[in-house]
Amino acid sequence: MTVVFQRTKGLTDKQFHYCPGCTHGVIHRLVGEVLEELNIVGKSIGVAPVGCSVLAYDYFNCDMHEAAHGRAPAVATGIKRTRPDNVVFTYQGDGDLASIGTAEIVHAAHRSEKFTTIFVNNAIYGMTGGQMAPTTLIGQKSTTSPEGRDLITTGMPLRVAEMMATIEGAVFVERVSVHNVPHIRKAKKAIKKAFEVQLAGIGFGIVEILSTCPTNWGMTPVDSLKWLEQNMIPYYPLGNFRTPEEVR
Amino acid sequence: MVKILMKGNEAIGAAAIKAGCKFFFGYPITPQNELPEFMSRELPKINGVFVQAESEISAINMVYGAAGAGFRVMTSSSSPGLALKQEGISYIAGAELPCVIVNISRGGPGLGGIQPSQADYYMCTRGGGNGDYRHIVYAPATLQEAVDLTIEAFDVADYYRNPVMILGDGMIGQMMEPVEFREPKKRELPLKCWATDGTEGKRNPNIISSLFLDPAELEKHNFKLDKKYKDMEENEVRYEMYMVEDAEIVIIAYGTTSRITRNVVDALRNENIKVGLIRPITIWPFPNKAFKEISSSTKAILTVEMSMGQMIDDVKIANEGRLPVHFYGRAGGMIPTPDAIIGKVREIMGGDK
Ligand SMILES: Cc1ncc(C[n+]2csc(CCOP(=O)(O)OP(=O)(O)O)c2C)c(N)n1
Ligand code: SF4
Repeated sequence: MTVVFQRTKGLTDKQFHYCPGCTHGVIHRLVGEVLEELNIVGKSIGVAPVGCSVLAYDYFNCDMHEAAHGRAPAVATGIKRTRPDNVVFTYQGDGDLASIGTAEIVHAAHRSEKFTTIFVNNAIYGMTGGQMAPTTLIGQKSTTSPEGRDLITTGMPLRVAEMMATIEGAVFVERVSVHNVPHIRKAKKAIKKAFEVQLAGIGFGIVEILSTCPTNWGMTPVDSLKWLEQNMIPYYPLGNFRTPEEVR
Repeated sequence: MVKILMKGNEAIGAAAIKAGCKFFFGYPITPQNELPEFMSRELPKINGVFVQAESEISAINMVYGAAGAGFRVMTSSSSPGLALKQEGISYIAGAELPCVIVNISRGGPGLGGIQPSQADYYMCTRGGGNGDYRHIVYAPATLQEAVDLTIEAFDVADYYRNPVMILGDGMIGQMMEPVEFREPKKRELPLKCWATDGTEGKRNPNIISSLFLDPAELEKHNFKLDKKYKDMEENEVRYEMYMVEDAEIVIIAYGTTSRITRNVVDALRNENIKVGLIRPITIWPFPNKAFKEISSSTKAILTVEMSMGQMIDDVKIANEGRLPVHFYGRAGGMIPTPDAIIGKVREIMGGDK
């Protein structure tokens, strides 16, 4: 019997706790595969956020450090500055990165810290039960925008990749999605590039990944993928915002 | 050994480097700025790293990462900045990581002022962060003591895998005194086999976390931490007794106020008035046992603080209701004068007659 597909060595054997159809699992797998393919599992140190992926430290097969809500980029800075030869990454949700931890991510990028950020944008706070995030779309219902997010009182959804692209220190910025197989492949490429940028010692890299939250969106997994494609991508256009010459 | 005339903030920085600290993460705030400035100058010379974070919250979380990576690391701040660091201190204590935090405190509440104050006593000894946690707080009264305690603090932090705080005030930070850098008493320190330094495929991943979703597990963790804190209370209490044996009034003061109070004791003793001083060097753990050594000649206790009265609670607990406890305090950056303290002693003695 030939093995055609198996778990990546970048992940542990632990079963994910994510809801059925949640794309956090897909994104974990992509990061794990990239760690394995770049042969950096043994030298990687990941920083887990607060959010549904709070237990990411149980899943990645490398040393892991849990951080306070939003502070992962500061923790990663502390690790990378003391261990410049290790590979350091943060895995953060949109509440974590684009709300409570905006200062930390902006300034880590601004200093061009040489770590990689995997930013999972599911347009909602998953873990706490579906409250509005800075990334929630206009009109999108959440438990704290029960009539749908309105522009006048809550502002427009924050476009993180575009914002990061204005920061010189963010040398690699790309937005991808995982709503279907071709896009999952593209997402993996972007994640790999972001790590390669770190390995080349160039500076800060971030990949924003559009993700689903079937549970809090109140949809089936399949409808969630459709909703992502039809509603999120028009507002959060996919594409590369910046890549350094060295890894083009 | 040579003595060097140094400013308090710089002496603490130099002591940290002497102790093997190569990493410093900070954010400017008066009256502690000379400390990060010193580190920004000195650390690059020894292949260390200084990062000026964008906030105190970020700085303490950088410390969290660096400590997890297995290195000796320090941050410093002053009162409003320390308030912001409390989040991170709770996480560091929860994850059982060693680090040294310096608070060169100033008057509050709020933005307060920039003059020395001891009104951070509650915040430093009780912790402003969430959950049941504790850390040792050293309150040096001289720059030599600040240097000695800072050097030792790194060992103590590593020994217990716990944050340790050096609490000075604006006076300690800003004044100059001659100091020498002595070798500390060495402790046998555990290996940092828990550090995140990459598995290299040779071991299971190390995970640094303070999350325990199962309440039974979290309670177990709390019991474990509590045992560690009890050990600290048992073994790390430090204090100084000055002329307490036959004292009729025992004054309690730490840090800057203890310097002033020591002069008060000398002055009153010259007049044959029997006064003594208990000087806590650790304000957590508090030297409860010093109060057991108070003799039957003592009629009253006087707590002197640069606050509206925060340590007085611990003094009352330690005293266990045996003697009347009086208080004299100045706030907002005002420093008690010896005459004012002497006046307070005379008032108590008059009242006792
Ligand atoms: C200081 C602090 N504030 C609030 C929380 C509660 N909290 C936990 S997860 C979360 C939102 C996470 O949302 P997001 O980052 O979008 O991740 P997701 O769960 O959607 O993957 C919040 C507010 C916390 N743990 N700490
Ligand atoms: S709540 Fe949403 S984001 Fe969280 S695991 Fe479930 S589906 Fe995924």
